[in-house]
Amino acid sequence: MTEGLREKLQWRNWLRTASSSNGASVLTRRHIYILPTRFGIGFGTILLAMLIGSINYSLSLGFAMTFLLAGAGNIAMLHTWRNLFQLRLRPLSVKTVYAGQDALFEIGIADTRHRKRFSICASFRDAEKVVHDIPESSEVAFELASPSVARGWLIPGRITIHTEFPLNLFHVWSYASMDLKCLVYPHPSDLNLPIPPSPSEGELGYEAKSVGDEDFNGHRTYQMGDSPKKVDWKASSKEQGLLVKVFEGTSKSTLWIDWFQVPFHDSEQRLSQMTRWIIDAHCARTPYGMKLPGLEIPPDDSDSHFHQCMRTLALWGKNDQ
Amino acid sequence: MTSKPFPNDSNWLLASLFTVMLPHLGHLPFWMWGLMLLVGTWRFHLTKNHASLGIWVILPIAAAALFGIAFSYHGLFGRDSSVALLACMLTLKLLESNNRRDFIILILGCYFLTVSLFLFNQSIFAGIYVLLPLTLLTCTLIGISHPNGQLPPRFQIGLAIKILVQGVPLMLVLFLLFPRISPLWELPTDAYSGMTGLSDSMEPGAISNLSLSDATAFRAEFKGSPPKQNQLYWRGPVLWNFDGRSWKMLNQNVDLSKETLASTGESVRYTVTLEPHNKNWLLTLDMPSQLPKDATASPELQVLSQTPVRSRIRYEAVSNLKYTLSPELNDLERIFALQLPDHENPRSLALAASWKKANLSPEAIVNKTLEMFRTDKFYYTLKPPLLGVDPIDDFLFNTKRGFCEHFSGSFVFLMRASGIPARVVTGYQGGELNPVGNYLIVRQSDAHAWSEVWLKDKGWVRVDPTAAVSPDRVESGMESLSIGSRALPIFERGDHPFLRNLYHHWDAINHNWNQWILGYDDKRQTELFELLTGKRLSWEDFTLGMIICVSMLSIPTYLFLVRKLRQPVDPVLRLYRAFQAKLARKGLPLFDHEGPVDLSERAIAHFPDETGTIISIIQHYNKLRYQSQFDPVSFKIFRRLIRDFK
Repeated sequence: MTEGLREKLQWRNWLRTASSSNGASVLTRRHIYILPTRFGIGFGTILLAMLIGSINYSLSLGFAMTFLLAGAGNIAMLHTWRNLFQLRLRPLSVKTVYAGQDALFEIGIADTRHRKRFSICASFRDAEKVVHDIPESSEVAFELASPSVARGWLIPGRITIHTEFPLNLFHVWSYASMDLKCLVYPHPSDLNLPIPPSPSEGELGYEAKSVGDEDFNGHRTYQMGDSPKKVDWKASSKEQGLLVKVFEGTSKSTLWIDWFQVPFHDSEQRLSQMTRWIIDAHCARTPYGMKLPGLEIPPDDSDSHFHQCMRTLALWGKNDQ
Repeated sequence: MTSKPFPNDSNWLLASLFTVMLPHLGHLPFWMWGLMLLVGTWRFHLTKNHASLGIWVILPIAAAALFGIAFSYHGLFGRDSSVALLACMLTLKLLESNNRRDFIILILGCYFLTVSLFLFNQSIFAGIYVLLPLTLLTCTLIGISHPNGQLPPRFQIGLAIKILVQGVPLMLVLFLLFPRISPLWELPTDAYSGMTGLSDSMEPGAISNLSLSDATAFRAEFKGSPPKQNQLYWRGPVLWNFDGRSWKMLNQNVDLSKETLASTGESVRYTVTLEPHNKNWLLTLDMPSQLPKDATASPELQVLSQTPVRSRIRYEAVSNLKYTLSPELNDLERIFALQLPDHENPRSLALAASWKKANLSPEAIVNKTLEMFRTDKFYYTLKPPLLGVDPIDDFLFNTKRGFCEHFSGSFVFLMRASGIPARVVTGYQGGELNPVGNYLIVRQSDAHAWSEVWLKDKGWVRVDPTAAVSPDRVESGMESLSIGSRALPIFERGDHPFLRNLYHHWDAINHNWNQWILGYDDKRQTELFELLTGKRLSWEDFTLGMIICVSMLSIPTYLFLVRKLRQPVDPVLRLYRAFQAKLARKGLPLFDHEGPVDLSERAIAHFPDETGTIISIIQHYNKLRYQSQFDPVSFKIFRRLIRDFK
């Protein structure tokens, strides 16, 4: 409660955000804020000291130099400000992730004023900052990370764009919000539980226990939650990324991944375990179906089927399904 | 902002520091040169090898350097030692500068060290030179504010110069309008060290030393043409007390009677720009009849300012070159004007006694002495031999070689010994006319000493014994003499007219620089704006004017910087637009959405006579716009077709 209140009272939340129209948001003068940086304050203090020194020693050239620096600092303020002025932001793409991973939003930031922009820094709140230059009249893709905690829709909130170029004296920033959301799949369970046989077609069930005895069928890239035991370290050392050994099961018969067959009571744990099994089954190219209370997805082995199952699991029990 | 700067940034900083330190080397102790060289190279290698030093390496060096500064400056805290301390700290900070924050602290320090250069030197060169470190420091700032990669150095320099140039309008407004106020507190005494000029005493060698300096003492502008050389006696300290070796001023508490000036002949009005010399003396021509503002005159008519002259000042005065001073001499003055140390210089005393015994009139004694100087093989030289125990005797009867101080000193001695009240006057004699700026340059090498004797019914009368020995010195100035080792550099001598002319131009520029840039103080500011507005403005007016000007300046600046840049328009497109405009003028309505082919169809329907031209224009247009290879021949035809299209 207090956390929420504090959040609401934060001064930053009272500042205007550039909202999107036609999918893009443009930073106009109403959205750009400016404050001196710590260095800017230090610079001002030094100028003041130089001014007092010039007065005291009657140094005409001291006055001139102080005023020249003041003029340059003043111009730098405008340079910094216009570095952000009239930038256009639009969402490019987003990749689905598993809970716990960083959701990566690709945001296109474009110059609309035929002027090169330098050191444009963008980030979601409290997340890692991405800095790029933007060549004149072109768009640069910023890959902004937002950490995902739970399954469901991740709405990362507004983007902060800031810059201190060229003299580091002023911090100019702006907020932009766009229709950004990312579907977060449940976190795949780390447990290496076998898929239990379905009661009706038990004999056709895929037995994870027999994995070690099956024939080696090649590699696939590491997926979150894969057991380290399955990683082919030798092969991984040569290639880029971790590779996981895949073993062909004996049976190509249909699997049922069933809510009620999961040996947990907690629904999140159940969903997590089901996610694990679906990944395993999908990677093994075994056709599988999924059963949830009051919902059944018929077996298939296509990619779209995989994502349909994942989407269902991600949004299971959420209001905005 | 604690990320690591790029090696380039570090090298920019190194270059900036080098240029900041360079002009200070002259007043830093020698060991600091070594320290800077060591640290600079060290830093360069640290950056190259991506290494950094621990605080335990730096601390002992810092402690040693602090000790070194305390030792070099004898523990005194003042201008010189503060600058040395700042330079030393910045140098050492360089060793442990690993992140952006350190860089920023260093840059701030560098700005301060740069401005402190003006404590030592405010010449045109210094003013121009400072632009170099300022540009480099700005380059460094641009580098560290671009954390996502290194920028091309040329771009950095270009942007830095651009930002500084764009800062100039604001600088000018602030420079002109910022209300100039007097210093806020007393300065350390060593702030004025190194100022040369006349001293309050004269001993053999004092003025000849000054004569070796070609530094400017002051410049004088005359209303009308300047007086003749032999009338240009710039009056400085008047010396009365003789202790056998040196001549000194009277104690200020001595109550002399006020001098009265009866002027004959016309007066000269002139403006003097006096270089700072840390004394109260204002130089005026013999004799001042109208004093500069806020100045007083001593009883012996030396003009004094209220405070020591510690910055270049300007004053206006009026003098009468022909004058008669008060014929009265009170007893106290007579005692001072006849005072001599007992039993010294016996031969001189004996000579004077012989004159006295012969019952010669004071005028005759004066003439006799001058005659002696003229005929008795006396020489005027900058390198007089050293004098013995009785310096006056030694000079008059032995060496006979001396400078103005020898002549005036021994002359006054002989006068006093003969019972004629006399005193020594120091100051400057002559000056060189700069035809470019039409003003007189008076240098330290023009320093001079002459005598005044008191004659009954005539009062104090100037006698210049040097003129008896070397009339050229007084008739045409110092540079006409080729005695000893003259101080004047080659371009100031008469034998190179071209160089001399160049020198005059350069000095005129310097004079204006001093007048308008360095001398732009509260007085000048009020004067200038009184000239422009016709009113005397107060500092409140200046502040208000400054605020208004700055805000008015910011509007065009804003519009200029934020304006929308136009994309370079393709020449083909521009010609096509011209074609469209021509069609529109002929009465064909235009539509934004219409492509060239649709347009041509409508145009042919409207103007069937032009069918051939329109078709070939559109064909060339499509070819030029949409073919990857640019065809110059096609472009020429296209251009001609559109130009000829009526």
